[in-house]
Amino acid sequence: MKPSLVAFAAALALTFAHAGVSLAEDASQANGNHAPEIGGQSWSFTPPFGTFDRAQLQRGYQVYRDVCANCHSMQLLSYRNLGEPGGPQFSPNAVEVLASQVQVTDGPNDKGEMFQRPARPSDHFRAPFANDQLARNANGGALPPDLSVIAKAREGGPDYIYALLTGYEKAPPGFDLAPGMHYNAAFPGHQIAMPPPLSDGVVTYTDGTKPTLDNYARDVSAYLMWAAEPKLEERHKTGARVMIFLIVFLVIMYLAKRAVWAGLHHRDARRAT
Amino acid sequence: MAHPSTYHPQSGAARWLDSRLPVPRLMHDQFLAFPTPRNLNYWWTFGGILTFMLGVQIVTGIVLAMHYVPTEQGAFNSVEHIMRDVNWGWLLRYIHAVGASMFFLAVYIHTFRGLYYGSYKAPREVLWILGVLILLLMIATAFMGYSLVWGQMSFWAVTVITNLFSSLDAVIPGLGTKLVQWIWGGFAVGGPTLNRLYALHYLFPFVIAGVVVLHIWALHIPGNNNPAGIEVKTARDTVPFHPYYTIKDGFALVAFILVFAAMVFYAPNFLGHPDNYVPANPLQTPPHIVPEWYFLPFYAILRALPNKLFGVITLLSSISILFFVPWLDTSKVRSTSYRPIYKWFFLAFVITCIALGYLGSQPPEGWYLVLGRIFTVYYFAFFLVVMPVVGLIERPRRLPGSITESVLGPEETKAVPAAAPHRRTPAEVAS
Repeated sequence: MKPSLVAFAAALALTFAHAGVSLAEDASQANGNHAPEIGGQSWSFTPPFGTFDRAQLQRGYQVYRDVCANCHSMQLLSYRNLGEPGGPQFSPNAVEVLASQVQVTDGPNDKGEMFQRPARPSDHFRAPFANDQLARNANGGALPPDLSVIAKAREGGPDYIYALLTGYEKAPPGFDLAPGMHYNAAFPGHQIAMPPPLSDGVVTYTDGTKPTLDNYARDVSAYLMWAAEPKLEERHKTGARVMIFLIVFLVIMYLAKRAVWAGLHHRDARRAT
Repeated sequence: MAHPSTYHPQSGAARWLDSRLPVPRLMHDQFLAFPTPRNLNYWWTFGGILTFMLGVQIVTGIVLAMHYVPTEQGAFNSVEHIMRDVNWGWLLRYIHAVGASMFFLAVYIHTFRGLYYGSYKAPREVLWILGVLILLLMIATAFMGYSLVWGQMSFWAVTVITNLFSSLDAVIPGLGTKLVQWIWGGFAVGGPTLNRLYALHYLFPFVIAGVVVLHIWALHIPGNNNPAGIEVKTARDTVPFHPYYTIKDGFALVAFILVFAAMVFYAPNFLGHPDNYVPANPLQTPPHIVPEWYFLPFYAILRALPNKLFGVITLLSSISILFFVPWLDTSKVRSTSYRPIYKWFFLAFVITCIALGYLGSQPPEGWYLVLGRIFTVYYFAFFLVVMPVVGLIERPRRLPGSITESVLGPEETKAVPAAAPHRRTPAEVAS
């Protein structure tokens, strides 16, 4: 192949790869001049073969329910999702119980009135506030974002969430912190309205895992990743099968191509027409 | 079409159909027996890959449309509903989203291949023009499709791009504003805008398919160009499309699908922007609005100019200038491989496009802006100065005598004078 063609191929490949990288840089640089450092954590669900850790997702749900859910909604999820394959996979009974612990508004009934009843697995997660205005009013003007796809809506995904939850620090001297705001090393601009949500011991773990801030942050980050990408395991599993099929198919096609063209490399290749 | 038909209907039914609607004859002549230059390299496989990608996007798109809700309140959540509750919905949606990127990757390679090998030169000007038209339609379709997700990037991309029309206010006061409101169906981007973008996003792929048919028709009249850029002279210069190019295109297609599948299954959001997983919010502008990677070079060109109207004109020119390439290039040879001076300008052009892509992703300030302007100037200079001037002053390298010679080398061809009876060499007798 001609050198210029090779250069051209390499260049195209680079653009393709680079676009993603530079977009990533943008998002982190966008807010604030110094991009916060987001360390990469080791997760059980990284491609190509990763799966979620069931126990970790169950603990993560517990952290969400006991802490995050007081302010943050997850409107795209239903209680039934907690029992589905590829997720925390609570038993059907456990899902019933987890749902029934929550009171949701239903109706109108025959009299035209709304009423409260225990949630069923088919109900969506109950939102802590009836509307955004109420949520803002209760949180000093800041709106706690819905967490359904938050792990895909932030650069760095679960790494970012973990860094944010463990990133609360004393503001460095000279840093101008607005009233009611908190200093966070991972948050773009470092001023976040959310007070530190987690601290050692706030959630009681029953499976022997140490109830530390670090474990809470890790578990709830994994849980939010599952919530954002509930078909991740199915995707990795299907992907492995598809890739094996394609690699075998590619080899067969290569051999077939060589066999068909072999005759042509001689001068008097007979014409097939 | 351009070559005598070699179709012989085998059965009575085939003869009956052949004299009424000769579709089997068309298929046989154009897709089985079609004489194709024997020296096409792998850069030529992208035509088949693009046809496949169009099919993939249409099939996955139709199924997605069955579940999608084109309303302000419903759009974002219906996409997530597809990802969560529709059987294999996550796969369909990721194939469609990554597919758009792969489609553009393929079409850019296809376009650069046409530029490098002079595939636009006579007698293939109409073929080239139809190709540029397809590129334009693809850009429009991809832009409209991206808006349907109705995330923050979708919404603000629509806002920025539709607002470009308001630059017409500088020509006739009020014209741009009126036009933009007509496009929006209101006084801001909203539900009516989304609904019409959805309707057009469904329509355009079929328009593309129609132009693709014309593109292939226009290809089959003069036949393929080839890496040597010389005409087919004897039947020995060609091979029938099937099995030679069906198998070669097939191999390349499987390799392409392998990369495509790796993206879909292992990095489906790598080329996307996290902000598009935040539902559209008209009250909150994202800190940095960037288009999808395949539009970044054009975005850099748009922002290189300080004046909005001139920026828009330059943006439109950067694509429509491709229509005039057949007449801008004055070279007597087609293939850049035989053009010792032009090939360096071509390489610089490829680097320019990549650099513009990078600059399009950066904020338009400081050195980024300066470099953006320099590369924009070269982008246009390549078409308006390099193409006409280098073609006139350059002395191309000697072209091979024939396509066969370009593949097998001159000595071997010399052993077979055109008129003389062919004598087999011992090596051939043995094989």
